[in-house]
Amino acid sequence: MSRRRVVVTGLGIISPVGNTLEGAWENVLAGRSGIGPVEGFDASAFSVRFGGEVRDFEVSDYLSRKEARKMDPFIHYGIAASVDAVRDSGLEINESNAERVGVSVGSGIGGISAIEKGHEAYLGGGPRKISPFFIPSAIINMISGNLSVLLGLKGPNVATVTACTTGTHNIGQAARIIAYGDADVMIAGGAEFATTPTGLGGFAAAKALSTRNDDPQAASRPWDRGRDGFVLGDGAGVLVLEDYEHAVARGARIYAEVAGFGMSGDAHHMTQPPADGEGARRCMTNALRDAGMNPDEIDYVNAHGTSTPLGDRAEAIAMRGTFGEHTPKVAVTSTKSMTGHLLGAAGGVEAVFSVLTLRDGVIPPTINLDDPEEDLGIDIVSGGARERDVRGVLSNSFGFGGTNGTVIFRRID
Amino acid sequence: MSSIEERVKKIVVEQLGVKEEEVNSEASFVDDLGADSLDTVELVMALEEEFECEIPDEEAEKITTVQQAVDYINANLE
Repeated sequence: MSRRRVVVTGLGIISPVGNTLEGAWENVLAGRSGIGPVEGFDASAFSVRFGGEVRDFEVSDYLSRKEARKMDPFIHYGIAASVDAVRDSGLEINESNAERVGVSVGSGIGGISAIEKGHEAYLGGGPRKISPFFIPSAIINMISGNLSVLLGLKGPNVATVTACTTGTHNIGQAARIIAYGDADVMIAGGAEFATTPTGLGGFAAAKALSTRNDDPQAASRPWDRGRDGFVLGDGAGVLVLEDYEHAVARGARIYAEVAGFGMSGDAHHMTQPPADGEGARRCMTNALRDAGMNPDEIDYVNAHGTSTPLGDRAEAIAMRGTFGEHTPKVAVTSTKSMTGHLLGAAGGVEAVFSVLTLRDGVIPPTINLDDPEEDLGIDIVSGGARERDVRGVLSNSFGFGGTNGTVIFRRID
Repeated sequence: MSSIEERVKKIVVEQLGVKEEEVNSEASFVDDLGADSLDTVELVMALEEEFECEIPDEEAEKITTVQQAVDYINANLE
């Protein structure tokens, strides 16, 4: 079966570093952190009291107040990034194409805030106080569901859920839906709003988070010797993916090609990767094979790089295993050093940054790398953005459950 | 203190996201004010909250307009 080429024609982002494409991009290129003290609730009793919250976001720019009230904020963010991405793509959805346009926007956690509130209502007043919107406001596929209603999307309506790999898996799987011929356009990515009492508290209890409360903006420090866990972040990152011929026919601006997608499982531990990054290596290798690309065609890796002691090191080892002697020539950053870890949205937001890196030929820095771990053997961009002609970008996501995803973007000349 | 009718209308405006002038006494929640079945359930919950009462499901089903809500509350409160 011949496989159709898939390209990126639209981008949307809601994030701790900004809620517009160019604003967020400017901030990460300048190395500005979006991390700060938690403002969404009183976190004073928590061992971790900071995170990457979304600021200055007006849901009324996207939804009526009545509609917005029925949705957890993770749905607001997902819808906003999706609507912005569609607007950016210039695609008009109408009766003639609606059945060929689909959506695949997931979340790692889903409506944890809505679940907290629903449970509180139940405890306070019994079963009669549970809202009829409790379930639809909380379940994970309701970004896709609501977006389908909002924009009239009649194609595939799905949402993959794979913890912190969610965004990347949704993008990769959506690209395959187009390549296979089930849709011409897919709106794909991830969204998250987990900076809530039980979300933050749960990750803190698992000792997954940095506790650098005295200096939040220095807390996410991938590959630095002082790293002590990830920083929770909220937001959404969404791409408009499109059949290449379809994009050309409508004269769309094409950012990049989705060249390859790879997946793997660690089969190792509930929350930790194997120390040698063996699953991550197989994942990257699978993506390269899918793309039909050699390791030396990748100039940049937007790493998973969450700032955990074990994970960052394992990913570096995995990159060396994947790229071999080409490793020193691959520039690497973790934009999580500025955004924090957006869990199910991470792959979406990082895909946006990966595509913009290809567009502009400039690689964002990894901030807070003051004392890099020795003998990592990878070229981490730090101390400022780096200009470089980039042909291929590889973006990694790894999640609880040992679930790995890699997507490769290639420039279209 | 607002009248029961004013309080009901305020809740309807809030819950259904409609304009105040649309909410006349005979307005039907579903046919005139764009509510779906889930909206009407939530609307009744909001009325219960406002008037500190419990409206049984079989009675709630009969409340389909602003006037019916006002009548129910008048008949069952005070």
